[in-house]
Amino acid sequence: MSDMELYEGPLNVKEIFGRWLDEEAESNYGAYIPFVGTIREEEGIEALSFDIYEPILRQWFEAWQAKAAERGAKVKMAHSIGDVPVHTSSYISAVFSPRRRVALELIEEFVEDFKANAPIWKYDVIDGKRIYAADRSTPMEGAGILGIGNEERGI
Amino acid sequence: MVKVEFLGPIAREPMEVKAESLAELSKRLYDEETIRPWLEKCAVAINDVMVKDPNHPLKDGDRVSILPPVCGG
Repeated sequence: MSDMELYEGPLNVKEIFGRWLDEEAESNYGAYIPFVGTIREEEGIEALSFDIYEPILRQWFEAWQAKAAERGAKVKMAHSIGDVPVHTSSYISAVFSPRRRVALELIEEFVEDFKANAPIWKYDVIDGKRIYAADRSTPMEGAGILGIGNEERGI
Repeated sequence: MVKVEFLGPIAREPMEVKAESLAELSKRLYDEETIRPWLEKCAVAINDVMVKDPNHPLKDGDRVSILPPVCGG
């Protein structure tokens, strides 16, 4: 199976982490650092919901695989599409590396860059309605190129 | 003509536009009231490849994807 997995609805965290552990059991990595993102109950939401632009997400992930490989490490991730109820998980990732230092550094860089640049859109689900999480979203790297030259258009 | 698709929360059906560069497309999109507020914050992919050049040329049949602000996890 590819090291990036997408699922409709919540993730089966234990199955995925267990399988990843098995996959790398003989790879001679000294460190395995998993990260679990769980949906918190707040502000009346019943779930979060996600749209994904898969071709660009795959390219983003492949670039990270290359970066990790340069440091002798491996990254894996899984993400949900559609609705994910509170207290379940929509995102998990992990780093494997020969030694802990690289894994500790990579998991932070990988998860933070994921939040900033992975092409995924999040919605709160309240009373069955999807509401775009505008205030928690950030423009991707390279955003704004359609806005250049506003002055000449008199805007 | 190029096909423009609006991803995620931009509630807008795809549209066909005549434009020979991203800059020209940008001008056309600014004329659309429902799209204008998004443009400053959006990134762009052409045929599933991210682009960074505002003057990137467009050719007939290109598919341009407009990517609003993201939040995974």
